[in-house]
Amino acid sequence: MSALTFTLKNKNSQRIDMSPLVCNLLTGMTLSDIAAITLQSGKCKLRVDELFTLDGSDAQNIVIKNSVDNLDFIGKDLDGGSISVVGDAGAYLAFGMNTGEVKVSGNVGLYAACEMKKGYLEVSGNAGDFLGAALPGNKMGMKGGTILIKGNVGERVGDHMRRGNILIEGNAGDYCGSRMTAGTIAVMGQTGRHLGYAMRRGTLLLWNQPTLSASFNDCGAHTLAFLPILFASFKSLNSRFADASIAFNRVQRYAGDMSEIGRGEVLVKL
Amino acid sequence: MIINGVSIDATFAEAFPMKATRAIITAQNEKWALISAHAMTGFATSVIACGCEAGIDRILDPSETPDGRPGVSIMIFAMGGKGLAKQLETRAGQCVLTSPTAALFAGIDGGIRIPLGKNLRYFGDGFQVSKQISGKRYWRIPVMDGEFLAEATTGQVDAIGGGNFLVLAESQPQALAACEAAIEQMRKIPNVIMPFPGGVVRSGSKVGSKYKTLGASTNDAFCPTLKGMTKTELSAEIESVMEIVIDGLTKEDIDKAMRVGMQAVCDLGAMNGIKRISAGNYGGKLGPFHFHLQEIMA
Repeated sequence: MSALTFTLKNKNSQRIDMSPLVCNLLTGMTLSDIAAITLQSGKCKLRVDELFTLDGSDAQNIVIKNSVDNLDFIGKDLDGGSISVVGDAGAYLAFGMNTGEVKVSGNVGLYAACEMKKGYLEVSGNAGDFLGAALPGNKMGMKGGTILIKGNVGERVGDHMRRGNILIEGNAGDYCGSRMTAGTIAVMGQTGRHLGYAMRRGTLLLWNQPTLSASFNDCGAHTLAFLPILFASFKSLNSRFADASIAFNRVQRYAGDMSEIGRGEVLVKL
Repeated sequence: MIINGVSIDATFAEAFPMKATRAIITAQNEKWALISAHAMTGFATSVIACGCEAGIDRILDPSETPDGRPGVSIMIFAMGGKGLAKQLETRAGQCVLTSPTAALFAGIDGGIRIPLGKNLRYFGDGFQVSKQISGKRYWRIPVMDGEFLAEATTGQVDAIGGGNFLVLAESQPQALAACEAAIEQMRKIPNVIMPFPGGVVRSGSKVGSKYKTLGASTNDAFCPTLKGMTKTELSAEIESVMEIVIDGLTKEDIDKAMRVGMQAVCDLGAMNGIKRISAGNYGGKLGPFHFHLQEIMA
């Protein structure tokens, strides 16, 4: 069985809600049933076959080709299976994903992996603001799984994050790890201002010394036993994080945010 | 059956169902991993008075341990799951948490999950940090030498305790030498422990006693000094008897350990004063697992 492939015919002027096109909702449907599904686009509802050319039949393995940055909610509430996006993706990629895998070859918009519960998201390009965050007003961001971003990310990465790993090969914007409750965010590149703003618990693992606010306290240099285990868990990833030579266990530890409960930590490679 | 002049009795060892768990202790070097492991498995020779039976399963290469440091795999056996969990937690708290540079990991992934570092985390007094990595939860507990890292849980599985054989020799040094040779070989077998000091017990017991408060007492039938005053199992030339007790995860593991152990004893043979190999049992009425010596050596 070949992958169920949606090839975008033309970029639509309005944003398109792609949430009906996930593996768990399409399983058991015929190609004509899928073609007849309507997608919200602005005030209109458009049939799938108006927007995409359909091919293949394996609904557990979806490919979206010619994808552009106004295709929102790709992989929303995905519950098993895999979605591969060739091109860019819009906002709310893998929103609330339960399990499964989403891979994007280009860039992604705001709120990628927002409130994601489990699974794996890989983005070869850059990601927008609020990666792995909570929706505005909500208190729980990403609750599990792993996000790998090979490019740079915007502001507020992991806002209200509770569990899981966010791995960033590039740079992270301002307020990285803001209001984090737990989990791990690793950034190989540079980080912006207000790192870990109001974080309660959790770990920010950095390769480069950040500019820290006064509410983070230096706890000294340490060799931490959990780091080799953490790095070993990245071995299977298609990433620089899988490279054994980038691993370290010697870090400078900063505790914060002391304006919150201060149980979070920023670990900087020594 | 006679092997190299050593007579193998037509009898069997009688063993019991137990619950077992395994943990991996790592440290800065093998020396400190072993120190911690010896402490954790200390005073754990017999469930009769120690609450559990414990021992070192094997020494692990850094490539085999979760954190890439030298390590030791230890196993603990108890009569029930509750007792096992309590023993594990107490020993981990007093012997590994306290041991410099030590970290503690699960040695069994399946089975019923029982707390390993799960409750020890409270020692961190609120400063403890949880990390969930690849589906496993670890606790980082701040201690004076840095951080104590402990996996939250380990597995509890069904196991067998009480496999045994007796070495009957012409002298005490000869009996001990034979047992040492056996233990050296048996320690190479995975999934088994020999919980007594050095793996050898010189005070094998029988069920019951003339004293009402005691559930077990000396196995007078195998005591050489009582040959003339009790219903002895010993012939005139036997001057010393020593026993090796084996706990293992499966019957096959114990079979294997008994075979290599008895073979090592037989290799020394009659020329080194080893006359017989026998086993302890209760007539087959108490334990469902029977290890027939001659079948094992066949």
